[in-house]
Amino acid sequence: MQVFTYELWPIVGLSLRVSLSAVGIATALGLPLGAALAVARFPGRSAVNVVLNALMGLPPVVVGLCVYLLLSRAGPLGSLGLLFTPGAMVIAQTVLILPIIAALVRQAVEDAWQEYDEQLRSLGLGRLRGSLTVLYDIRFSLFTAVLAGLGRACAEVGAVIIVGGNIDGVTRVMTTAIALETSKGDLGLALGLGLVLITIVLLLNAAAYLLRSAAQRRYG
Amino acid sequence: MALIWRIALALLVSLSAQAQERFITVASTTSTEQSGLFKYLLPIFEKKAGIQVRVVAVGTGQALDIGRRGDADVVFVHAKPLEEKFMAEGQGVKRYDVMYNDFVLVGPKSDPAKVSGTKDIVAALRKIRAAQAPFVSRGDRSGTHFAELQLWKDAGIDIAKDKGPWYRDTGQGMGPALNTAAAMNAYILSDRGTWLSFKNRGDLGIVVEGDKRLFNQYGIMLVNPEKHPDVKKEWGQQFVDWIISPEGQQAIAGYKINGEQLFFPDAKP
Amino acid sequence: MILPLRLESVAYAAGGRTLIHPLSLELQAGASTIVLGANGAGKSVLMRLMHGLLRPTGGRILWSDPEPARVRRLQAMVFQRPVLLRRSVAENVLYALRVTGVADARRRTDEALREVGLAHAASQPARTLSGGEQQRLALARAWALHPELLFLDEPTANLDPGATREIETLIKAFDAAGTKIVMSTHNLGQARRLGDEVLFLHQGRLAERAPVERFFSQPQSPEAAAFIKGEVPWL
Repeated sequence: MQVFTYELWPIVGLSLRVSLSAVGIATALGLPLGAALAVARFPGRSAVNVVLNALMGLPPVVVGLCVYLLLSRAGPLGSLGLLFTPGAMVIAQTVLILPIIAALVRQAVEDAWQEYDEQLRSLGLGRLRGSLTVLYDIRFSLFTAVLAGLGRACAEVGAVIIVGGNIDGVTRVMTTAIALETSKGDLGLALGLGLVLITIVLLLNAAAYLLRSAAQRRYG
Repeated sequence: MALIWRIALALLVSLSAQAQERFITVASTTSTEQSGLFKYLLPIFEKKAGIQVRVVAVGTGQALDIGRRGDADVVFVHAKPLEEKFMAEGQGVKRYDVMYNDFVLVGPKSDPAKVSGTKDIVAALRKIRAAQAPFVSRGDRSGTHFAELQLWKDAGIDIAKDKGPWYRDTGQGMGPALNTAAAMNAYILSDRGTWLSFKNRGDLGIVVEGDKRLFNQYGIMLVNPEKHPDVKKEWGQQFVDWIISPEGQQAIAGYKINGEQLFFPDAKP
Repeated sequence: MILPLRLESVAYAAGGRTLIHPLSLELQAGASTIVLGANGAGKSVLMRLMHGLLRPTGGRILWSDPEPARVRRLQAMVFQRPVLLRRSVAENVLYALRVTGVADARRRTDEALREVGLAHAASQPARTLSGGEQQRLALARAWALHPELLFLDEPTANLDPGATREIETLIKAFDAAGTKIVMSTHNLGQARRLGDEVLFLHQGRLAERAPVERFFSQPQSPEAAAFIKGEVPWL
């Protein structure tokens, strides 16, 4: 099998490093953002929610292009020298999945808030502390939001190929390698790499599922 | 919040600053990358010079744009008129011929437009147009696309006006366009290198080759550091110098697929 | 002491509908107060107004203690459906105590769980308790705060008779320990068993206030009389 002689592991490793970093950053930003949007009351709140939901469907190519222009030497952040590096890919993926995580967190917290609101206020909690408690209490449901982000990050090709450049050994990840092999007309190898990618995503999800159900048995 | 940003930035920088510190970025074309030339050629240079060469492979037009934004140190492409425009804008330091290969007209073995047997690419295109036989165009401002448009012009056909449903503008790289042509049993202009290394040929084969109008010249330029101060001019110049040196030229000539040479060095000493 | 609690022409409207018409009353420490009335009479709204979960749209609510933080700390509420955190039974009580900043939270938690008969389940996930146990845990959580005043909003409406009896026993114990009970219910037997006085609400108005015995034997208002008979003409 050609797939096994392919220089697979560095590519898989980079895919995971980039996607997991993006998920980490997007989660760190998306959790408080989603929770705040769920409990805060301010004018234009529903407009913000609609925009956030719409951003879940951001076309990766558009994100890639915007991040490209931002990080280009001729762009405002050009001096960082991040274009065509894994760092640029992390930024693009973070932009892509932040709305997904934030919107799903917002929904989950909002639903839970309906249930918890009176009880928490009866105990004398303000909105901020209350929302943190809710966030902690539904932490296992938030797994779903984070996994949705991870799925998108791992599967995405349009943005990372633009800002990463698909450089062999530097920014080539699973999806861009698949795109390249498809371009070369080596459909068998492309498909084989695709299967490897699917297997990895499946394993990640299975691990998360097991972790979640174990935790749920433990905490109810 | 400021703290989060700083941590995120540190993380990004650490991700990007991995491994090789001495590297240059070369914007080049899909044909050089996908034909396997770089995979063969670059390790030779990297070993000798200790400089990693990172290749971003896109269409010639886009590669030149990457150079125009200062996002690459060297551009290595194949569309002389576009390259000359790039030079005239002051974006490059000096343009060098590197090598050539040729384009080939690829088409279905059944040859519905009856073009095989001739060496005359212009006559062949006229026949395709007359027969309204399916033709796939790159349509992506690449060197190959540019060459194709020039050939239609040479044939006296205003393709922008004359194109009908038989002419499929795909806006894709060489490989995807070849995939499309294989699926549609269409004619397509390809560079020989990509065609030779392309695997999903379906029923396609070379129908016209050897016309001197199918000549495909590659050139290399250091991006002008006076316009783009971040350009790594010493290392980039080292790469350019090596490519056009007898040693680099010999290496290019040595790259073969199934015994067939893909690129013919022609740098002027 | 935060009691007595005084309501002066307190009214509440939401979504263009008046749910509580201007209403004045005073609640003293001691006697258990039962809030009675049909569904939609305004029982829950009145309890939430008094507890501070809703802000009145008219009138004033006055506690005898002017310090809002103390007023909040010395009252608690148990809801019809207990809201338990996804943590252990003990953690649920501890959480409430920590929020209020109680010093000997651990000891008080053990005490409260023993009181409601859940000491054996202290480390069990709270959400795995049965309905009756969950409500007992909610009572323990409220009880651990040592409130001067405990609101109970139809605490047994979702429970079977056995669990209802257990809850009633606990409420009696809290009453006996000196906590002022204010409880809404539409279970007349429960009102008789637990109450000293009745506030009867009808369509957002206080239709009658009377000691339990007199309310059931000689209701003064026609609405109360009809309610007791089980003839409910407004439904």
